[in-house]
Amino acid sequence: MTPLLFLSIAAAGGLGCASRFFLDGVIRSRTRGTMSWGTIMLNLSGSLLLGLLTGFTSSQLLPGSVHLIVGAGFLGGYTTFSTASFETIRLLQERKWVAGTANGLGVLVGATALAALGFWLGSLA
Amino acid sequence: MNAFDPVAGADPIRSRAPEEDPITPLPLDSDIEVDQGSAGEPQPMHLRASSLALVFAGGVAGVAAREALTLAFPAAGGIPWAILTANLTGAFVLGILLDALARRGPDHGRRRTLRLLLGTGLIGGYTTYSALATDAVLLLDAGQTALGIGYALSTVLLGGVATWVGILVAATTHRTRAERRA
Repeated sequence: MTPLLFLSIAAAGGLGCASRFFLDGVIRSRTRGTMSWGTIMLNLSGSLLLGLLTGFTSSQLLPGSVHLIVGAGFLGGYTTFSTASFETIRLLQERKWVAGTANGLGVLVGATALAALGFWLGSLA
Repeated sequence: MNAFDPVAGADPIRSRAPEEDPITPLPLDSDIEVDQGSAGEPQPMHLRASSLALVFAGGVAGVAAREALTLAFPAAGGIPWAILTANLTGAFVLGILLDALARRGPDHGRRRTLRLLLGTGLIGGYTTYSALATDAVLLLDAGQTALGIGYALSTVLLGGVATWVGILVAATTHRTRAERRA
């Protein structure tokens, strides 16, 4: 990997993180309740997009470098695992068992299903 | 006198619940959104250029660290070890960070700067969900059903344990320090 590609991935990652922070704030200001809809929506949408991107790459529609910059970089920063895990544990510590399980396992199943849908759509292209 | 000296009763955590619940001060979610603008009016944090810049800077470093880990430890046998390692260690460190910051006082000033730079940016970028979901799909697509389900499930379950242990480590460290000062 060239230094330029590595730096491009890192910079795209910074943009992904800033986008996550911004969109999380927007979603947070429009939703109520104990669930962190911002983190959930971002992880679901990011998984769908990475699935799609991976499908495009597998059907040779996109070069590997674009996949790395947009996929590992931007979408890697746009989605996050640590905050999702933290929010799940906080819900479980508050004995909100259903919300905690939905936040942990429900989002995992949803994100994987959306990534599969994206991958399938991208492979058709 | 230290403003956060638990013995003096100034620490809101200790004065509210000295023994029973060491976890109360943590918010349910990790972001508190409203800050004060220059004229003292409420201003959402996600619209502030300074906050966005902090998250961007931390994110660049976090994503670079994850990518370096991926280059050093490529996926073997279909299991993306680098992503698994990043997600589990990141979950552990975020648990420590957020609990430690919450115990030191309200979320503003230097504590908020650290939370945005290190929590939302650095660790947020270091860990990733999209790669977790997509790598699981690739394993399932390759017919490795048990491996795909096992990889995804163990990330979420072990990640939860890592977060919980991280919170516990920060809580225990805080209590030990407070007792030593007493």
